[in-house]
Amino acid sequence: MSADAEQRGRNRPIRCLIAKVGLDGHDRGAHVIARAFRDAGFEVVYSGLHRAPDEIVQAAVQEDVDVLGISILSGAHNSLVPKVVDGLKRHGAFADTLLIVGGIIPEEDRPELRDLGVAAIFGPGTPMEETIEFVRENAPRRE
Amino acid sequence: MAGDDTSGRDLDARNDDLVAALLAGEHRALARVITLIENRAPGHRDLVARLHPHAGDAAVVGITGSPGAGKSTLVDKLAAAYRDRGDTVGVVAVDPSSPYSGGSVLGDRIRMASTNGDMDVFFRSMSARGRLGGLSTATTDAITALDAFGKDVVIVETVGAGQSEVDIVRTADTVGVLVQPDSGDDVQMLKAGILEIGDVFVVNKADLDGAARTVAELEEMLHRRDVGAGAGKHGHGSVSQSGGESHADGARSDGADAATDWEPRVVETVATSGEGIEDLVDALDAHAAYLRSSGVGEAKAQQRHGEKIRRLVRGDLTELLEAELDRRGGVDALADRVRSGETDPYTVADAVVEPLRECLDGQRVDSERTPTAAESDPGDDRD
Repeated sequence: MSADAEQRGRNRPIRCLIAKVGLDGHDRGAHVIARAFRDAGFEVVYSGLHRAPDEIVQAAVQEDVDVLGISILSGAHNSLVPKVVDGLKRHGAFADTLLIVGGIIPEEDRPELRDLGVAAIFGPGTPMEETIEFVRENAPRRE
Repeated sequence: MAGDDTSGRDLDARNDDLVAALLAGEHRALARVITLIENRAPGHRDLVARLHPHAGDAAVVGITGSPGAGKSTLVDKLAAAYRDRGDTVGVVAVDPSSPYSGGSVLGDRIRMASTNGDMDVFFRSMSARGRLGGLSTATTDAITALDAFGKDVVIVETVGAGQSEVDIVRTADTVGVLVQPDSGDDVQMLKAGILEIGDVFVVNKADLDGAARTVAELEEMLHRRDVGAGAGKHGHGSVSQSGGESHADGARSDGADAATDWEPRVVETVATSGEGIEDLVDALDAHAAYLRSSGVGEAKAQQRHGEKIRRLVRGDLTELLEAELDRRGGVDALADRVRSGETDPYTVADAVVEPLRECLDGQRVDSERTPTAAESDPGDDRD
């Protein structure tokens, strides 16, 4: 078991799912994030466009990601995010997944998303380093 | 992190829970087990050992081919076809990681459109993480987990770019190699030794110009592969070990004589439209049936277990010896002593390995109760 002790999970990369949910067809932002995360040394699973909340939950559970980043530009966050949160809870995956949202989220909608369990919301123009730093500091460390 | 001293009992309890939950069909547990396996985390060996008795029923299909050949799309349609007939499916998609940051973008999931939302397709992306050596071990362990979970079919998808990928895909029972029409792939394939590992060849994008020619070329090359195989008794079941050397290995792979019966098939598909997928499933099924009826499947499984044992022992030894090197001041310090003329690499290597050799010799002596002079010379100098 000494081989096991050597590894100890310290060097394991942070695993993220970058998901595009709903109907909007713009994934340039998601692509940019995915590449920046990769360059930061993260393992990024990219969902592709037009994912239903259930599909995102499926991907997050199966890929066992530390971080789920949802990109929403369509304005449908108030209906989509709760569905994702419910799905994660159903699979017992909500507690140790860092949930962040990127995109255009009006200020008045943010408190509700935070109450749901969204750890951070990154609007347009957020410096990439800020997002990366946030993930580094807040990604759950689990054995 | 707290709990750095995770006690064996904690790990035991955790593994108890995980194994029970996995066998009970909890997706979360399966996902977590694969993570532990992938991270080579503490206790992962015990996990795999416990799952091993529950595995062995799944048909494991490897899909490989050059980048852009359409592997992910084909795997998607293949998974959908298996689902249509009621089989549950596991997919392990292996992607290379960036050599610069160690990070990676795992995009194979994008293509899994046909089975999206269907939890009975368990799709897992794996990154090579820059340590290719351990990747085939991690992949086979992940397959064991999916198999134990109860998946009827497990598909392993990987870019057929190098030896390590070839190693991965060879752990499958049945190997499908994707070829693009008119792409110059033929040369590439020969280089990578991939022609030898295919049981079924898939000319994907068969609606493109040149498909017919590629099929013809493949048929011809496969024919040559049979003729050119030394003793002529060179079926797939005997392909083993190191790619290009497969002829030599085939000769000593006993119990696989019946292997001559399998003629690799060439199938045409258009993965984007689903055309030809039924033919592909038929071909893969036919190979699986052949493995069962000929006994070659058993022989291959035994050979795989042997390779796995070797790989594990080699890996463990390497870790032990790396630790020993560190205890002796690290390889850099030792190399510096060689550079300064103080010693030479052979003397250093002997000094590092000697205690281990003595220990193993001593054990053998103990167990045989026939003392020899093995322990008489504890000095570093050997002749």
